Amino acid sequence: MVMVVDRIHLLGEETRAQRVWRILSAVEDPEIPVLSIVDLGIVRHVRWLADDEPEIGLTPTYSGCPATEVIRESVRHALNRSGYPKARLIEVLSPPWSSAWISEAGRAKLKEYGIAPPNCTVATTGIPVCPLCGAEDGENGDVELISEFGSTPCKALYRCRTCLEPFDYFKPI
Amino acid sequence: MSRAEAKRSYPDLGQSERFRYVLRLADTSLILGQRLGEWVGHAPALEEDLGVANISLDLIGQARMLLSYAGEIEAAGRDEDRLAYLRDQNDFLNLALVEQPNGDFGCTIVRQVLIDAWQLELHTWLEASTDQRLREIAAKAVKETRYHLRYSSGWLIRLGDGTDESHARVQASLNDLWKFTNELFSADEIDVLAENAGVAPRLSELHSRWSVRIDEILSQATLTRPVDVSYGWFGKRGEHTEHLGHILSEMQFLQRAYPDVTW
Repeated sequence: MVMVVDRIHLLGEETRAQRVWRILSAVEDPEIPVLSIVDLGIVRHVRWLADDEPEIGLTPTYSGCPATEVIRESVRHALNRSGYPKARLIEVLSPPWSSAWISEAGRAKLKEYGIAPPNCTVATTGIPVCPLCGAEDGENGDVELISEFGSTPCKALYRCRTCLEPFDYFKPI
Repeated sequence: MSRAEAKRSYPDLGQSERFRYVLRLADTSLILGQRLGEWVGHAPALEEDLGVANISLDLIGQARMLLSYAGEIEAAGRDEDRLAYLRDQNDFLNLALVEQPNGDFGCTIVRQVLIDAWQLELHTWLEASTDQRLREIAAKAVKETRYHLRYSSGWLIRLGDGTDESHARVQASLNDLWKFTNELFSADEIDVLAENAGVAPRLSELHSRWSVRIDEILSQATLTRPVDVSYGWFGKRGEHTEHLGHILSEMQFLQRAYPDVTW
């Protein structure tokens, strides 16, 4: 542990911050493990309070998202393991999280995982395109809403009538 | 908010009044969240189970932020948990509407539409409050509240404009619950002080905007708006109906039986 910290000392400010961002990029969202918390856009800042004391600003996606506590624990654990036992986590409420903060890489991972990314919709209907077969809602109603709320606060449940599979849609907020 | 308004100076809101005002909002979200949680495993369909559970989660999340803030204002060492689990009935300041029993699913939906429309107008206004923390919490909550109302109003329209049976049931629930809406817009001294300080909206203005929204939903749902009554309960002053005590006995049981227990 001591050696790790010493080596970091030799690195410049920017590299040190980059390292922390890289550590955070490996922390998964517990509900959507294909996404990292950096992809999700909930890491708001990394600042330095002292040489070995980064401050991480995290923002919740939804006010009551049960994953928030798990994510804090995972971040604390990852930083502790990487030589930052003194890291501080603070909650940032403003500006409120928006699904527009999900990175391009994150959107691609969502789609690959079978979740329609936010605003991945047909402009005229506002209905998402099926992430599994690419079917769009047409005159025959190929894609339909099953439930406004899905398995987590951030998703709604749809059904594709073309490939007959249900799928999650990451709600745009 | 116009530039002239932004520069306007407001009288300060006292610590005790600010605490009570924030606590009213916090308790309203908390008790409604707790009520909706009773549906988990019992809703008419899995989708509705998920729907009410998710709305409940949002509300409890909002309540946690507000309770933490209330605790900081009070500065007496009470955090969100102490405020939620160790206060007695008369210290809870939620609107009496949200402590009313769930009834059937239609009744829950009627209550939800009435409160969602109120919260949507409230949170929209609070985004320009002079209280920075309330502004931040409201900016987050308003996005969630908009979704809640979309869900609840969608159901009210389907049930009201549905079968004779569903129409009759939601109309009866509306008639029954309407008397509790009086409290939403009856300002007492704390509401007036909070309004003067630019912290909270003028309740009569909130009422007008709420009414427009509610009338539109009721009209689509083919429901009749009941006549306003000038009496009612004042949960926000700690005057509750018989139902709150039962909610608390369930919600607070663990902390009362095993003080300071943690997972």
